[in-house]
Order: sequence, then structure tokens, then C-alpha cells
Amino acid sequence: MDATWRIEVRGIVQGVGFRPFVHRLAHRAGIRGTVRNAGGHVVIDATGTRPRLEEFVSGLRRGRPEAAKVDEVRVSTVPADDPAGFFIVDSCTAGGTLPQIPPDLATCAGCLRELFDPADRRYRYPFVNCTACGPRATIIEALPYDRERTTMRDFSMCRACAAEYHDPADRRFHAEPIACPRCGPRLSFLGTTGDAALPAAVSVIAEGGVVAVKGLGGFQLVCDATSEDAVTRLRSLKARELKPLAVMVRDLTTACVIAELSDDDLRVLSSPSAPILLAPRHRGILATGVGHGLPDVGVFLPTTPLHHLLLDDLRRPLVVTSANVGGSPMPIEAVVLETDGVLGHDRRILGRYDDSVVRSLGRRATTIRSGRGLAPLPLELPIPTSRPLLAVGAQLKSTFTLADGERAVVGPHIGDLEDAETLEAFQDAVDRAQAVHGVRPELIAHDLHPGYLSTQLAHASGKPRIAVQHHHAHVAAVAAEHGLPGPFLGVAYDGLGLGDDGTFWGGELLLADYVGYRRLARFSHAPMPGGAAAVRRPGRMALGYLVGGETAVRKPSPQRLAADSPSLRRMIEQRVNCPVASSAGRLFDAASALLGLCEVNSFEGEAALRLENAATGHNAEPLAWRLERRDGLWVYDGVATLHDLLAARDDGEPVGRIAAAFHATVAAVTVLMCEHAATETGVSTVCLSGGVFQNRLLAVDVLDRLEAAGFDAYIGERVPVNDAGISFGQAAVAAARSSCA
Amino acid sequence: LGHGSGGQLMAELLADLTPRLGTPALDDAAIVVTGRPEIVLSTDSFVVTPRFFAGGDIGSLAVHGTVNDVAMMGARPVALSLAYIVEEGLPLEELRLVTASVARAARACGVPVVTGDTKVVGRGAADGLYLTTTGVGVRLPGACVSASQAQPGDLVLLSGPIGLHGVSILSTREGLGFDSEIASDTRPLHRLVATMIAAGAQDVHVLRDPTRGGLASALNEIATASSVGIELEESSLPVPAQVAAACEVLGLDPLHVANEGCLVAFVAQEAAGRVLRAMRRLPEGARAKLIGRACDAHHGRVVMRTLVGSRRIVDMLVGEQLPRIC
Ligand SMILES: [Fe+3]
Ligand SMILES: [Mg+2]
Ligand SMILES: [Zn+2]
Ligand SMILES: [Zn+2]
Repeated sequence: MDATWRIEVRGIVQGVGFRPFVHRLAHRAGIRGTVRNAGGHVVIDATGTRPRLEEFVSGLRRGRPEAAKVDEVRVSTVPADDPAGFFIVDSCTAGGTLPQIPPDLATCAGCLRELFDPADRRYRYPFVNCTACGPRATIIEALPYDRERTTMRDFSMCRACAAEYHDPADRRFHAEPIACPRCGPRLSFLGTTGDAALPAAVSVIAEGGVVAVKGLGGFQLVCDATSEDAVTRLRSLKARELKPLAVMVRDLTTACVIAELSDDDLRVLSSPSAPILLAPRHRGILATGVGHGLPDVGVFLPTTPLHHLLLDDLRRPLVVTSANVGGSPMPIEAVVLETDGVLGHDRRILGRYDDSVVRSLGRRATTIRSGRGLAPLPLELPIPTSRPLLAVGAQLKSTFTLADGERAVVGPHIGDLEDAETLEAFQDAVDRAQAVHGVRPELIAHDLHPGYLSTQLAHASGKPRIAVQHHHAHVAAVAAEHGLPGPFLGVAYDGLGLGDDGTFWGGELLLADYVGYRRLARFSHAPMPGGAAAVRRPGRMALGYLVGGETAVRKPSPQRLAADSPSLRRMIEQRVNCPVASSAGRLFDAASALLGLCEVNSFEGEAALRLENAATGHNAEPLAWRLERRDGLWVYDGVATLHDLLAARDDGEPVGRIAAAFHATVAAVTVLMCEHAATETGVSTVCLSGGVFQNRLLAVDVLDRLEAAGFDAYIGERVPVNDAGISFGQAAVAAARSSCA
Repeated sequence: LGHGSGGQLMAELLADLTPRLGTPALDDAAIVVTGRPEIVLSTDSFVVTPRFFAGGDIGSLAVHGTVNDVAMMGARPVALSLAYIVEEGLPLEELRLVTASVARAARACGVPVVTGDTKVVGRGAADGLYLTTTGVGVRLPGACVSASQAQPGDLVLLSGPIGLHGVSILSTREGLGFDSEIASDTRPLHRLVATMIAAGAQDVHVLRDPTRGGLASALNEIATASSVGIELEESSLPVPAQVAAACEVLGLDPLHVANEGCLVAFVAQEAAGRVLRAMRRLPEGARAKLIGRACDAHHGRVVMRTLVGSRRIVDMLVGEQLPRIC
């Protein structure tokens, strides 16, 4: 006796070849019925005998396509139908709750074979793709994901492509961006189009030129990574003097030549999201200007057929970086920089997606920047929101999160909102996401900081608001990513976030759940002479700790600090423009300055990165430290550690050893604070967050020590621990508060 | 209250208080409707520490501040009133010095002090000496300036360098040692205003002296009140080298530092050249220049094209300068 089941599959199931896969599976299992995209999920009406239906449903989970991710399969019985076979039917546009936008996928092995097969009709065609790879989020106008709602509707399929598109047995069955040299997008370069464009661009790059390339999520700058002159020129175009540049290599073999990579790293590199991986750099072939003496190099594999062709023709590593100036967003329509040519094409980009960046933490990896391939990131909220909400994040590394019910989606990295174009891009991206997802937020979650432009946007929206403390958002993001029920201990180490007491926080241990938190421990206070100027100049921070720190007991003798001056000391004594911070990030800055490692933070976190670099490869016992009870909190005295660091330096200890000892100190203090907190509260789950935990040495050490001490320790993996993760934490907290109100 | 540095917190406080008085105004002075010519009235209290600083003192500041507030309405100041609140124990000599300074400044402005009041309060009930001045003026013929009158396309003119007053006061007060090189710019601007109105009349839309909260706050208020966007060019901002150096040490943005001797004007594009030339003929406008324009985009927001070519949002000061970096 046949039954008919309605099977709803949620997760990443659109744009990854899921419907063709269902089709093949149904044929194999002898199931009749239909499959269609609905909103962001897939709905299957399946008719067959009960055992066959069961086999079919379990096959849905087991045999899914590589890039798909099945979060939920819901089965219900519907009145029997009697279909003649199994069909893919047109999508229905009725909305569900927060449908998902599939991320872009790097070229798959099948398409790569065709790309380099002279006999294939897509031989050397830069826009080859299939149901398992190609553009998605960057070209989608609306959901459900169908060609007519992407920028590929500008191109009408030729007969050969149409045949593949409609043939259930073909691997391009319903490949929405399907294209070929006859009917698809074409390249252009300096007035030439089509076949002549690529060789022309290749020869410009080969001769040391800088070319703008239209990638998946925006324009990039590309040049020879082994040419010092080319790299210098590229940096001056971008007005980026020191921040490391990403390098694209042809294959894993070349990747291993320029960076130290574990097996896990290789898996990350060759995953369909193809992120930039930050890994220890090998000396050798790259121009020094690529990394400027920093320990890690950002390496990634070609993300599109066009990049594969460039790498294959040029046979050398290429710098590939976004074609923006300073802090402005990656351009998606045109490049204003004076490059040696723009390798463009006629497929429009709708969604701006910078390349994603991931840092390996040994057994795990943490996302530094979520962009092309990783965003939009769908996640579940531990406590569903009672109303659709928008969380607007922080000020730097801005992202937003949309949430409805138990579903949340974290948008891509957008940048620093102080830049006017970035702010516009942020507003555009929020508007676009609301339209694509069909969600109208009724609640806005934002930071406590009144000066963040995101906070001001929240105020300007006129909608009901929920303010979430910065570090509460940091740790809630990690807990929610891992689906922890709470309460949990949250360790939030970052540069600065506004606390609920009007001082800046950044070295905090909180007892938290999704609704609220209680502060249990903190780093000691220090004045930041000149506010943001003390962030730029780590030496000022060192002076702040030594002269004006909460626990400073003796006046430092004139140290070897370039930042030291009577005016600065006076500012600290008189507390002139000296906001107070209990920040771990600032303590790292101070240590780095006192060891002579960094004079100016030319990009965010540089001082800490240089300290980590110095410490790498050394083993050392912790420096002196003190944990005191003050006003009901445990307070870690950073000044004692800095004094000991100076003493070690005076004793002639090698800088690397001292740097390692400093890391060990912070790790040991962290674990001890957690132990005190666990004794006090009975909670032994710890979430680590905040930008300081991008530091591999510290993160790995703290995680290991916590686990050895019997804690369940978590860190942000898909959700960044830096401020890009704030919007998701805000969403988790606001959702919980909305439903308990 | 933590509203002392001007900017956004002060704006919020005022938004709370002014409706209680039944006044909608945002300008620093008001027009009293009694017929023609229109009468302009402004009042201000002065609580500056230290009372004596390079370039001036609390007395001259109290005269210039109110004269300028009246002038920014496109008016000619005609008389001042003066009130003292004196803390018991203030040396009489100091009171005499301040009074002499008031007299000298008023004479130089050509605006007489016509009435006044003095109250002495107990020790600790005030901090030394406070001054309140009220100014009366008459609107110049043809003047129609207001913070809400900026039009897209207007050019933004600035009469002189920024940052001198705030840095000088801070340096003297905290003993930071920059005061030897930097003097306050405190000075009257009513003659400059008269010259500008004579050159432009209907074409001068907004006049503002960027005092507390600095140029950034003044421009943000104008952008909001007029619903326009404002585009600034960093390369054309007149920041004296000593001010830039002191701001670097202090971690201050010169755009947020108080001024007492310059004004910013929004002038119709076609009249801007004429107005600018007129300004430059007076000593207080000798270094006047074009710093930007009003536009019909990003309403209520001030954006600056930086030296490296990116566009930075110039915000109102929020309380103290709270760093926004993580
Ligand atoms: Fe943070
Ligand atoms: Mg006033
Ligand atoms: Zn493929
Ligand atoms: Zn075709």
C-alpha cells in the first residue's frame, strides 16, 4: 500500500545540487513525486511503500552533495497523490522562516577537469560551473534560488546548455549559473573582449603590473607575489603600508612551499569555501613586501575558473587582495584605482563578499573574517526570538545578524563603519538581506557604546531596541554557536568595549546566560593616555600601566620608551583624556612595547601579533602575577607582570623567551580565574571570545590548560571571536530577552 | 551630569530641557519679534578654568562669546548686561582685573555694558568666579541666517584656523606645557559678520561659531537642522602645526576642539567668492577659506575626504572622546 510523505529539508540545500541529488535518489529508491525549493528550504512530496520511503529519507541524510548541509528533516503524511514519476517542479515563492542564501563555492574537481580539457566545449572558459560549484550569494536577487532571480538572467542559455540544465542525469541539471563560451559571460581587458582579454592581462601581470580582477564578490587587485616592485606598487595603490597581503597559489603543493600547513589546514584550504588561511610562513620565494616580517602568511587556492586560468598561465604565486582604498569597502561595480588594467566581465555582482579569512588553531580553526564561501552563515539561536530582529554589531569589522524564530543568519564582513562608503555598504547589505530573506525586523539589538555608528543606526531606526553589553555579546556568540544551554563562564579578552559601569572593559570573566551576566573577574585598570591615540601607540599604554595603573606601586625609572614624555606623564597624572580600561588587548600592547617589538599599531592588533611572533617556538615559565579580591571581583594585576617583564629584560633574557613567558602568564591567570569562578558558581563550561583569542599561542594554551583542569572549553570557530562576531551574540541575547519579556 | 564637553550629550540634555521652557530654538541666540528691525537676544554663562590663559581671560571671553552669539544671527550687537557670581574669598584684585578686561573688550567691540549684577556666595558654593553676559542686537538689513537654512550646493567657509582656544585652555589648566606656543583665538566676530552680510545678504544662509564640541559638532548640528549632507576636504582644514602636534599628544581630534575666534558660514555657491574676498579684507578673516560644501546626500551627516582619499564620517563628540576601537 503506497503512502505519500511530505519531507521538508532545511540547511544549506539550495544552490548545492540538492534537488538533482533528490531526483537521482528517488529514481534509485523507486519513489514517485516532486521536489521543489520553497523559501530557503526544499520540499519533497514522495509517494511509495513505507520501506522505500524510509530508505529514501535516510538516503537524504547520508548521500547528500559535498557542499550541502542538512540541519533538519521534517516528515509529515499528506493525502495520497498518484504521480506518474519523479519531477523537479518550479519553486514556490511562499516564504518560510528565514530561508537560507547559499554561499559561493570554489570550482569543483569535475569543472576543473573540463576547464583544462582541450576536447571539452568549456575548455578554458572562465565561467564554467555546475550544481556543486560556482557563484551563488553574490548573484542572488531574491529567493528561492533560481536562475531568473539571479544576475544570470541577463544571459539566455544556448541549446546545449539548456539541454544539460533540463536533463536530470546531467551534473548541470538545474545548475542555475550554467554557462558556456557561446551563451555565458565574457571577459574584457583594456578594450579587448573574449578570448584575447585573458592573455593580455596575463602578460601585464607577468611584466610586473597590477591588474584589477572582477572576482566573485567584488574587484580584487592582483600582482606577482614574487616581485618586490609589483607588491610595493600594489601597496601604494591601496594606501596600505604594512598589513599583510593574501597570496593565491595554484595548488596545495605550492601552498606547502610558502607556508607551514597541517593536514587540517590542507582540508580547510581545499574546502568548497576556499578561504584565505593564515599559517606560519616559510622563508623564500615571496617578496618581503607581502608580509613585512610578520609570522603568518595568508594563503589560498583559486576560487573561480578565472583564477585557475590566471594561476595556470602565470605559474607563480599571486597577491590577490580586495581593490579598495584604506578602509573603504571592496568595489563591486567599478575600480577607481589607477591599475594597469581591469580584467572584468559582464556578469553583475549583487552581493559584496570579501574573501574569507581563517586562522588555524591546531585541532580547530577560527574564522577571522567571514565572507565569500562562508557567509551568509546560518545558525540556530539557543532561545528563539519572539519577534524578527536585526542585530547591528559593533563599530569595527562590522557584520549584522538577522533572526526570526530560532533561525539566525550572520551576514558577511563589511568593515569599519567610520568610513562613509562602508556605512553605506552596511545599510545596503542590511536592506538587501531583509529583502532577500523576506524578513522585516521589529526589534534592533545594538552595543552599549553610544558613539558606535551601528548604535546610532539603531536609534535612527525608531524601532524598539535592546542594548547588549559588548563582552556579553562576545561570549554569548560562542555559546550560541556551540548550542550551549547556559549558564556558562565567559572569558572575553579584547581591545575595548564599553562596560556597564562607564569604563572600558576588555579583560573580563563573566558568569552569563543568554539573558544576563554577572562580572566575576577582570584585568586591572589602566589609563589610556589620549584614548584612541593610546591604541595606536602601544608605548603610551605601557606608560599608562606603569605610571597610572590601578596597582602601580612604584614610579618607573625613565624607561626605554619612545612614547615617554613629560606631557604624557602629566596627562596620566591629571587624567587628561585618559579613559580607563581593564583590557587584555591593551596589556598585550604594553608588553609588546616594553619589549621593543612595536612602536605604532599600523593595523589593528599588530603589537600583539608581533609579540606572538616573538614568542613562537619558545617555552617559558610564567612571569610574576597577582590575583586579588577587590570590590567583590577577582582582579588580575597586570602591572606586576609588566614589572617582572622589565626585570627579565634588564637581566638580558632573550625577548622571545620573555614574550613566551608573558603568554604563559596570561594563560595561567585565565585558568586560575576560571577555577575561582567555578568554585564560586559551580559552572564548568567556559566560552573564550574577544579579538585577543585570535592569538594562536594564547588560545591553544588556554584551551589545553582548561581541558586539563576539567573544564568544557569552547572558542568561536565559525563565528569570529573578534568584533565580527558581536552581531550574532547580540542576536542571541536580544532573542532570549525578547522571549522572556 | 557628564555633559560638559558639549556635543551629543549636551544636545540630548537640551532636547530634554528646552521643551519644558516652551522654546523650540536650537540657535545660540533668538530673534525677539517686536517689528522692524528685528531684535536679537542671547545669553551665556562662563565658567572657564583657568580664568587667565594665553590670549585672553574669562572677562574678554564673556564679552566675545555673547557678542559672537548675537552676531551669528546676522545681527549687530548693541548692548551687553553682565552678572557675576563670586565665591567668598576670591581676591578682590582678581575681580578688578577681570572687570578691567570686560571693559577693555567691550570698548574694543564698540558694545557697551549697560547693566549688571553681582552676587557673592559662600565658600564651596561656586568655583571662584562665574560670569553671565546677555547681549542685545539688531538684525542687519537683509540678513536671514539660521542653522536650518543651509541649502545643498552651499559652500562652507571657515574664517580662520581651528583648535587654538581649546588646546590653550587645556594646556594651561593641566600644566601640559603647550601654552607657551599656543594662544586662544578669542576675538569678536561681529564686524566680520557685518562685512559678510554686506557682501552677501540673502546668500549667507548659516553662520555659526564652532565653540564647545568644535567644528565637528557645529557642522553636525547644521547638517541635522538643515537636513543636508556636508562634505569636507581634510586637505583644506586650517589646523595650525602647533595645534596638530598638541592634539597628537593629547589624542584629540582638532575637529572636536573648542574655538572662540572663528566662524563657519554656509554661503550660496554663486556668492561665495565675493563673500570670501570680503572676509579676507578684515584681520579676523584674513585666513578665511573654503573647506567644503553642503550636498543633497547622507542628510544629517558630515563626511570628510581624507588625505589618503577615503571618506571618513565626522561625528559629534560623545561625552568625552570615547575611543571606538576594539
Ligand atoms: Fe570586542
Ligand atoms: Mg552660546
Ligand atoms: Zn563544478
Ligand atoms: Zn551555453
